[in-house]
Amino acid sequence: MTVPTPLSAFARRKPLSPLWAAPSQAAAARWRPGLPDGALHGEVFASSREGGGAAFALALALDRLHAARPDPAADMPDERPWLWVQDAAAVRLTGRPYRPGLPPQLRHRLIHVMASKPEDALFALEEALRCRDLAFVIGEVAGNPRVLDFTASRRLSLTAERHGVPLWLVRIDARRDLGSARMRWEARAAPSQPLRWNAQAPGVPAWHAELFRARAHPPGEWVLEGGAELVSRPLSVGAKGLGLMA
Amino acid sequence: MPALPPRRILSIWLAELAMDRWRMLYNPPPLGEVAAPQGADGGGSAASPPPTCLRQATSPKEGGSESPLVLIADSAHGPRITAANLAGYAAGAQAGMMLADARALCPQVATAPADPAGDLLFLEQLALWAQRWGPWSALDPPDGLVVDVTGVAHLYGGEAALLEDARRRLAARGLAARLAIAPTAGAAWALAHFGDGAAIMQAVDSLDHLPVAALRLDPATLLVLRRLGLKRIGELSGVARDALARRFRTIRAPAANPLIRLDQLCGRVPEPLLPVVAAEVPLVQRRLLEPIRHRSLLDRVVDDLCADMARLLESKAVGARRLELGLWKVDGEVVVRALEMAMASRDPAHIARLFAHRLDNIDAGFGIELARLRAPWTEPLALSQRDLEAAAEAHGTSLPACIDRLTARLGQGAVRRPLPRASHLPERAQVWGEPLSGAPSTSVDGLRHRPTPPPGHPEHTIPLGGRVGEWAGAASSREAGKERPLKLLDRAEPIAVLYASPDGLPRRFRWRGEVHEITRAEGPERIAPEWWRERGTVRLRDYYRIEDGQGRRYWIYRAGLPDDGRGGVPEWFLQGLCG
Repeated sequence: MTVPTPLSAFARRKPLSPLWAAPSQAAAARWRPGLPDGALHGEVFASSREGGGAAFALALALDRLHAARPDPAADMPDERPWLWVQDAAAVRLTGRPYRPGLPPQLRHRLIHVMASKPEDALFALEEALRCRDLAFVIGEVAGNPRVLDFTASRRLSLTAERHGVPLWLVRIDARRDLGSARMRWEARAAPSQPLRWNAQAPGVPAWHAELFRARAHPPGEWVLEGGAELVSRPLSVGAKGLGLMA
Repeated sequence: MPALPPRRILSIWLAELAMDRWRMLYNPPPLGEVAAPQGADGGGSAASPPPTCLRQATSPKEGGSESPLVLIADSAHGPRITAANLAGYAAGAQAGMMLADARALCPQVATAPADPAGDLLFLEQLALWAQRWGPWSALDPPDGLVVDVTGVAHLYGGEAALLEDARRRLAARGLAARLAIAPTAGAAWALAHFGDGAAIMQAVDSLDHLPVAALRLDPATLLVLRRLGLKRIGELSGVARDALARRFRTIRAPAANPLIRLDQLCGRVPEPLLPVVAAEVPLVQRRLLEPIRHRSLLDRVVDDLCADMARLLESKAVGARRLELGLWKVDGEVVVRALEMAMASRDPAHIARLFAHRLDNIDAGFGIELARLRAPWTEPLALSQRDLEAAAEAHGTSLPACIDRLTARLGQGAVRRPLPRASHLPERAQVWGEPLSGAPSTSVDGLRHRPTPPPGHPEHTIPLGGRVGEWAGAASSREAGKERPLKLLDRAEPIAVLYASPDGLPRRFRWRGEVHEITRAEGPERIAPEWWRERGTVRLRDYYRIEDGQGRRYWIYRAGLPDDGRGGVPEWFLQGLCG
């Protein structure tokens, strides 16, 4: 296994390989939804004109929660809270989370953190990753702030892997700068499939997601649908064409 | 079933509290010359103003030789007299009189400022001290005390002896007091103010001879009663009760309704009193041999204080919710830093870490010589086993500790959780609450089965997060066609409709400088304004969920209808971003 589980990262059994090192043949499996051990630190680059970035990050988080093998001794459902950290620019551009619109199993567990500056957002993210009672952490930072450099990104990666709390950082309107996230996505909305009973209505949300850098997987593109669970849809020509246009 | 013993209430009226305090502060009697206990006063006529009998109760050393003195407080029309000494009263000064009028009567009158706040503080201390005569005591502001002496009198050898003891001890402190014991607080008050100074009332005694002012009524009501010709309490019961009840039926305040006061006096209506309870605030402090000026030393001092405080709190089995750190500087200034925590805690490392964020902008000046930590707000916290694992660091922090750290740096309102609220308006349907307010909610499935609250109760807020229902559109399912967006903009942004289809829905619109082509839409979902809360000119909204050609999903609405008569052409707004 080359996917860094929290324990292995903590014990440093394996030296960290450089980012550009080709994944070994065992790890070169193509990513698919529902993999049991995803990366603990992911980045999603998205535009400020849509809510797709945060929604995709949430879908990834839910996918990870579903895929995690349940503890056989536990008879209680997972009711741990989760944290959503936003900086002021992200709130201004894309708004605040709206409880009735959140997935039903996550609604009542949300704790929202509003940071006025990106420094504060990074502080909040790191503190949240240290917390053992959180299910996962979503961060939203707009643009490429100076404080969010490779060092800061690496701090987040190491903290997440040390404490085993997953983090998805949504980068709104950001360049693909240097970062140490274990999986880096570019996501945008994709046209949804028509609903069976109402073809005129918007369907199940779908995203065109491009994995452009990952440690354990080769890069690739997917069209993912986030219904009850994340499913992969064949990459249609139309979606590809639109993607090239955008 | 044994009957309860009758209540016995001791009322203490410190008729010259302000003057006595002034005398204590600025003119203390020499030791050994404190006033000897006085005999029972002669008792003036019952309707006479109270201070007459009290003047004899003051210490004998101030005879007529004392110069007139008044205590004054500033009012809107100039200084006004609040109290006067014996010579002042003799010279014509009255409480409530303007100082200028008193000067006209007696030009040589001396003045001193009144101190009502200090008087009240003194009265609180005195109330605690008065618990020597009974298990609990209450304030009767501005100048009275009430002590419950039920079943206590035999310790003093009877109620008369108890009164004598109280009178002697109060006189030894230089306080002129009038006392009474009665079955109810109202009766005790009446007898203390209008009785003979040390009255004991048995349950069968009657208070009919006292004036109606003994009912603790406000001046306007007293005026009404005087105009009605009712001067004594007995005359009140002489009038048919219905007539009085009709006259005062709309008045709920006891101080303005003589019937309520009469019932309280007779014990027919209970009168709750707020007892004074001494609370001890946990406090630790460090006096520093050498004033410190550097941050590292201050951190160490704060660490020590936190460790002391943790030991102190542990001994009381409480945890601190609010902490105040006071730093006394050499140059005479005090810096105070306060801290509130999400849950009761007494972890010294956690507290010290929270304070470390607050100490950054402290100007030590010439140095800090005293550091003190108080915990004004504590909550019970059971003893717990110490975390014995050396690797506790690797296990992360707990959620309350994490929230405390975030709040300490980001501010009070930065960490919150959304809670549902019973409202049709989307932006009102969620409120932001305390991060740990709701207990970890139980089941989400319960949401669907909960009946919606009656729409007649617009302010009916659902208290806790998650456990109880979201209502109206909030408990939506995808099938219901009432899906809500993932994110809501703080302010709905106007969009420019470039081309609309005949049914009114735009086909193409511009938002933030870019054109969107709508390919799919669902709606309208009509949300009417909440007429019980908003003005009548507010327009209704028709919400649509839309998807544009690239699959981006939004939540837009049209404010109003073209012919609703509440404005011009309806405008379109984009309010939410769907996932």
